[in-house]
Amino acid sequence: MQNVMGIINLNEGQDLLKELTKGRPLAALPFGGRYRLVDFMLSNMVNSGMQNVGILVHDKYRALMDHLRSGKDWDLARKRDGLFILPPNQNPCSPGGCRGNIENFYNNLDYIESSRQEYMLIAGGHIVCNLNYRKVFKFHQDTGADITVLYKEDDLEEDVSQYAILDCQPDGRIVDMGVISQKTTSRKVSMEMYIIKKSLLVEMIKDCHTRGGWDFVKDVLIKNVNQLKMFGFPYKGYIARIDSIKNYYRHNMELLKPEKWEELFFRSGLVYTKVKDEAPVKYKENARTFNTMVANGCIIEGRVENSILFRGVKVHKGAYIKDSIIMQKCEIAENAIIENVICDKNVCITKGKWLKGETNYPLVVEKGTII
Amino acid sequence: MRKKECVAMILAGGQGSRLGSLTQKIAKPAVPFGGKYRIIDFPLSNCHNSGIDTVGVLTQYRPLALHSYIGIGSSWDLDRRDGGVYVLPPYAQEGSAEWYKGTADAIYQNLNFIDMMNPNYVLVLSGDHIYNMDYSLMLEHHKKQKAEATISVIEVPWHEASRFGIMNTNTTGRITEFVEKPKDAKSNLASMGIYIFNWRLLRKSLEEDRKNALSSHDFGKDIIPKLLSDGHRLYAYYFKGYWKDVGTVESFWEANMDLLEDDPQLDLHNPNWRVYSVNATRPPHYVGVTGSLTRSLVGEGCSILGEVDHSVIFPGAHIGKGAVIKDSIIMPYATICENAQVYRGIIGRKSLVERGAVIGAKDQLEITVIEENIVIPSNAQVLDNSMISTQKQVG
Repeated sequence: MQNVMGIINLNEGQDLLKELTKGRPLAALPFGGRYRLVDFMLSNMVNSGMQNVGILVHDKYRALMDHLRSGKDWDLARKRDGLFILPPNQNPCSPGGCRGNIENFYNNLDYIESSRQEYMLIAGGHIVCNLNYRKVFKFHQDTGADITVLYKEDDLEEDVSQYAILDCQPDGRIVDMGVISQKTTSRKVSMEMYIIKKSLLVEMIKDCHTRGGWDFVKDVLIKNVNQLKMFGFPYKGYIARIDSIKNYYRHNMELLKPEKWEELFFRSGLVYTKVKDEAPVKYKENARTFNTMVANGCIIEGRVENSILFRGVKVHKGAYIKDSIIMQKCEIAENAIIENVICDKNVCITKGKWLKGETNYPLVVEKGTII
Repeated sequence: MRKKECVAMILAGGQGSRLGSLTQKIAKPAVPFGGKYRIIDFPLSNCHNSGIDTVGVLTQYRPLALHSYIGIGSSWDLDRRDGGVYVLPPYAQEGSAEWYKGTADAIYQNLNFIDMMNPNYVLVLSGDHIYNMDYSLMLEHHKKQKAEATISVIEVPWHEASRFGIMNTNTTGRITEFVEKPKDAKSNLASMGIYIFNWRLLRKSLEEDRKNALSSHDFGKDIIPKLLSDGHRLYAYYFKGYWKDVGTVESFWEANMDLLEDDPQLDLHNPNWRVYSVNATRPPHYVGVTGSLTRSLVGEGCSILGEVDHSVIFPGAHIGKGAVIKDSIIMPYATICENAQVYRGIIGRKSLVERGAVIGAKDQLEITVIEENIVIPSNAQVLDNSMISTQKQVG
């Protein structure tokens, strides 16, 4: 897939996760014990053989740059191509806010136009999956589609009202598409990943700019369902849509099922991330751990159940962690008890404290808080 | 190229035959250690943490794993425009092709490398010791004493003194006597095999040593005694921390077990002295509902469904339900199936211990080593390599 360039578009859903995305773009949100959301998309692209990836960032992107640096950890520090951060223009949010997710595209059009690849794969930054795009690209070429939209047939009760729903013919041709507003029988939910010929995209973005439409889904896709050959590609594997605190919590917890752990981290390729050189996890004499994912650098003396510990967490004697997500470098002091809690980075829960959230509404402790 | 003050030379060519089957396919410095590392990570990380950015690694025996592991040195931040890491295997020259004959000869054969860097000082290190040490303090000491050579020393138990190069010093720390492996040691100050030399002096004495047909071309046996008898200023540098030569199966096992203490002398979790390594691309490890872990170190990507106590588990290892692991070392990607038991075992990389097999025994003191890529059939019992004949290689 050397002929495909990747664009990860981070312009959406910045504030969906409240405290967790206050100081960082959603793509830089820690997930799965040692990753950031963007790692999954980057790894998918790299594992599929793509070597030119641009990331359209919006604001608050320092955390992301810090994570990505040269792109070396994803093998994207290259002489030609590689990883590019595509920042917004100087005035990212003109009064009244950003006009839509095409604005950044338009501002970085020169980079997109001048790259060597003929095709583009566009993806958002908030969907977690482990997927190889080679099949999708082949599908795109075989069908002769102008645009291929990946979708997942969701049967769950999950709220997908912010995603586009596709209506496909048996051969995959999309006949209708809409952002859900009323009841529909189709559960073919867009994964917001598209393959498109670069020249076509450039043309459409320029067109949008002239006519004043700024939304990729509404102004490019939906408006053109009848003019363009659009196909839907059904993806059958695991995906996690991270669009609310509840979903974030739920999808993290899902990884404690061995088959999900296996699928997300191994099925079609390994997931790369920034290396931190943390030591292996140290379990001390009184450690009690079960059904838990633990990243390197942790020191565990207390009890941990049904939880996810990120790198470098310290759990002291007598502490008890249950059904919680504890991010990087948190410290849970002696005899503290926490249940259904998400601790952002560098949180310290001092001796004997007791924190409890609800299963369907976890308590979020902001970055750096000492309780 | 910028002139370097100090260049480190790591002697990493040793076969390590006393490590038995652990080094059958790889050089000793490439042997995995401590739940994620390889032995050579320690001197390389020490160099990085001490601010030494030019390192020659002298390899010889089965170097492939070591060469590919070191790569361009980026894991230790040693991929530099000026300097960085250089892997130096022996190579054929006009009319001759020779192996490194001894530690001093290995350095001699790479004179041109050091000349190219043109340093003031050369730091000579071994690739098979486990320790965290700030070489810049030793170099400072060397300069302060106006020494021509400085040897790092550590106090060892008296009964072990005869295993080491032992020295006597006067009150200023100047070395007055140096005996390699003495029968009756007069002191318990042992050489750690870490030397700093003034490059000019070292160059001269290596050339002289080369011409000496009687010499075994070894730093401890030849170079140091010669410098001493010629009246050069040799000083001892006292090292206080944890240091272990992991040359034998027992010491290798012990050094791993030392890390499992509640407050280990060598603290891998010290954020101010990180040990760098090539990191496995694996997710965090998973401890299942049936898993339990105490007094252990566990790397990434493992799945632990059995009971693990006082053991070191490397990345990607799998411990099945009902399995019992005690006082053992499980190397990367090894699989211990359901209900298998391992006591005082070292299970090699990618080996498979099938259901119900027992490695070692609860009360025995010997260490049982299973080589890499070995299958131990189900319900078999292995005591200290006794089962070698029935083991089959896997592809």
